[in-house]
Amino acid sequence: MAIAKSLRAIGRRSVNAVWRTGYATRFLLLILFYSGTSFRRFHLTVKELFSSGVMSLIIIIVAGMFVGMVLGLQGYETLKRYGSESALGSLVALSLVRELGPVLAALLFASRAGSAMTAEIGLMKATEQISAMEMMAVNPIARVVAPRFWAGVISMPLLSALFSAMGVFGGFVVGVVLIGVDEGSFWSQMQGAVDFQHDVLNGVIKSVVFGVAVTAISLFEGYDAPPTAEGVSGATTRTVVQSSLAILVLDFILTAFMFRGD
Amino acid sequence: MSSQALVEIRDVNFAYDRRPILNGINMTFPRGKMIAIMGGSGCGKTTLFRLIGGAIKPTKGGVKIDGQIMHELDQKGLYEMRRKMGVLFQFGALFTDMSVFDNVAFQMREHTDLPEEIIRDLVMMKLHAVGLRGTHHLMPAELSGGMARRVALARTVALDPMLILYDEPFAGLDPISLTVVGNLIRRLNDALGATSVIVTHDVQESLKIVDYIYFIADGVIVAEGTPDEIHASDMPFVHQFVHGEMDGPVPFHYPGGRYNQDLGVRV
Repeated sequence: MAIAKSLRAIGRRSVNAVWRTGYATRFLLLILFYSGTSFRRFHLTVKELFSSGVMSLIIIIVAGMFVGMVLGLQGYETLKRYGSESALGSLVALSLVRELGPVLAALLFASRAGSAMTAEIGLMKATEQISAMEMMAVNPIARVVAPRFWAGVISMPLLSALFSAMGVFGGFVVGVVLIGVDEGSFWSQMQGAVDFQHDVLNGVIKSVVFGVAVTAISLFEGYDAPPTAEGVSGATTRTVVQSSLAILVLDFILTAFMFRGD
Repeated sequence: MSSQALVEIRDVNFAYDRRPILNGINMTFPRGKMIAIMGGSGCGKTTLFRLIGGAIKPTKGGVKIDGQIMHELDQKGLYEMRRKMGVLFQFGALFTDMSVFDNVAFQMREHTDLPEEIIRDLVMMKLHAVGLRGTHHLMPAELSGGMARRVALARTVALDPMLILYDEPFAGLDPISLTVVGNLIRRLNDALGATSVIVTHDVQESLKIVDYIYFIADGVIVAEGTPDEIHASDMPFVHQFVHGEMDGPVPFHYPGGRYNQDLGVRV
């Protein structure tokens, strides 16, 4: 009896998971289908770019700076053992451009902008704003969801680039200004080690993929949230958890394809 | 009467999963009239409201508006029909990220190519009609409940709809706001020549402003008539509802087990 009950519960969860995945995929396809408005009336997307992108600048700049400073410190300590302190610039830049920039910027974006998107859409649903829009013959996916989606996809690589730039600056401050690594070596090693196509472009591709994943999860969770205070708070939590996991899993998959055999 | 009817509801049944909500509902809303649909909480009136708006489909029967059966329309047809309708939600459902002005202008900007100067004049006229022209620059969070409802009313009639649906328009309003909103609804309906449907359980205010009333209980129409007929009705349900009596055909107690058993007392 207990086994049958457990099997039933597992089956129910599996069916729910498959159903929800299908529903989320359909939601993403609908966003793409109704994306015309986001570009025809680009001011709608620009408004969301401000909310999700510009409003995330402070956290990205500060976090990028400190991550770069820690990299500078840790990298110097490790490289010093092998007498390769001059390679600090390449270590900081490669770590940031390939991995830490896209991943950490996406994690911060999910926590700051993703959760805000979920809460906003969830509350719009709870206060019948989404229903009101539908009753006014305005498609909420086209008017509310798609501009936010494209704003997220556009702002993610820009924030990631800014994170990496601030990280390099932080590494420079610690490595060159505070510790005394040769400035010329720092920049020339970096210039020599970082390849635009292989490192920078792959980093940009990663951040675009993370942008799609985080924004799609955030919007879906908000749109699917039960219209109650508990429902919206649960959806916000799920956004942060699922986005973080999606970023890390996708990062592994993308890294395996992009950098294997290096 | 039927040829002049804007809305015809014929033998509408609706169920959530297997739980029946509405059963064999027939109603006719003539053009230019105000109709109230009343009933206690959970009687199915909000479901009927959603059926009229085309948000859900009936399991049997149909709602015909201006000659078109709502559940047979595709999304484009449904949206075209909704452009001729206005809906006032229970708590206004104003867009909280837009100012009062932008809320009222929303449909004009979405559905028309009017220049911004004309939209501005139209918005000011709509806000003037509800007495809130001076609030055009405020955000919804800066309005009282009654003011928000009046702004939502201005937004509802922004495109001069032929059919206006009101979902509990009097809920949560103080007595002054309640009278103001009630009078505005009547005046706007008459000025626009629209047909209005009010889903409410506020008997006294509704009886003052509507032309005809349907009472729903347990998913069926239990009474109907003009306000005078309703006032004079000796039907136990109508009497209990109109006079707000605690017990009657609508029982005070939710069905449950034996009281002494729940208290653990052996008799």
